[in-house]
Amino acid sequence: MEIPYTSKPRPDTGLYNAKVGIWLFLASEVMLFGALFSAYILLRVGAGEGTWPHGLLSIPIGTFNTFVLITSSVTVVLGWASLQVGNFGRYKVYQAITILCAFGFLGIKSFEYRDKFKHYEVWLKNPITVHQGGKEVQTDRLLGHIEYEGHHPYFWNTARLAGSPEIKDKNGKVVKAAVARVESFKFQPDPIHYTMSPKEMAHAKKESFGHPHQEIEIKASDVKRLSAFVPSHSTFFAIYFTLTALHGLHVLGGAIVIFYIWGPGAKMWKTDPQRYMNRVEVSGLFWHFVDLVWIFLFPIIYLL
Amino acid sequence: MSLKAFHLIFITAASLLSFGLGWWMLRAYADSGMKADQIYGVTSIGVGMALLLYEAFFIKKLKNVSYL
Repeated sequence: MEIPYTSKPRPDTGLYNAKVGIWLFLASEVMLFGALFSAYILLRVGAGEGTWPHGLLSIPIGTFNTFVLITSSVTVVLGWASLQVGNFGRYKVYQAITILCAFGFLGIKSFEYRDKFKHYEVWLKNPITVHQGGKEVQTDRLLGHIEYEGHHPYFWNTARLAGSPEIKDKNGKVVKAAVARVESFKFQPDPIHYTMSPKEMAHAKKESFGHPHQEIEIKASDVKRLSAFVPSHSTFFAIYFTLTALHGLHVLGGAIVIFYIWGPGAKMWKTDPQRYMNRVEVSGLFWHFVDLVWIFLFPIIYLL
Repeated sequence: MSLKAFHLIFITAASLLSFGLGWWMLRAYADSGMKADQIYGVTSIGVGMALLLYEAFFIKKLKNVSYL
């Protein structure tokens, strides 16, 4: 039995099956991302003054990634338009660029994540004097990078400073090696902190531009709390990683589908070109949705 | 809604984002006085205008394709 309206549109709705299906799916996606966006906005609005980490994400990197996604949307639609006029070769080129853009976006995002995992906030038991925004200030909260035994460690927290003993199973086999206690570490404080206003941050960045990082020695016994920029750092990073990782999974999913249609699935162009074009259109609709989510995500997370 | 219609919505949103980012960076330039912020702001506004021009070109190029 042949399934109707897989290639030709249904006369009463003017839509083929897959287009109805993708729009129903996208409606459910709007609800998913809408709920997370609402959660983000409510948390942001409800945060007390000076408690919401802002200005910690790199706007140039975010802008570049936005540009990459906009480019991929243009190529995906130009690829589809090339098929409309029967130019399969040009479609292949445009979609190859789309796939490259998708993986480029994910590569840049992973670079950004990696930087966050070795960027820290340290809460001290007593205030110390540091150089911030061209002046000496007393503070008990610092942002910056740790240097320990010549390395910039990832994922450190307060418990890591205390170290941990060796763990053995019931047969006496070591399942987790002992982790040495940290007595002190070097810390390169950032010239800014999110307790500053955007204006103060802009001023501090300008004042510190071109100056080498100051380095201070912090004793582990003086640390009240230590956290990398990971979900447990704060509500901001929890929702930042939730939203961007979910979006990243959508980019990966979309790229895999586009790659399949572009590569192994391209045989259909010879047997049923109309249905093949429909597939390209549906994957393009999903891709545009994913890119549109980023268009909203970028200003909310990076700028506000 | 076809890919053509969705693309137009997307490009409109992207150009609005570019104008917004441009305004944001020029405001940051007023606070910091950093030349990089000024270049960033002006470039963003330029990209926003380029996207609108592309949108006009796209409508013209795909005038025979349905919006449905």
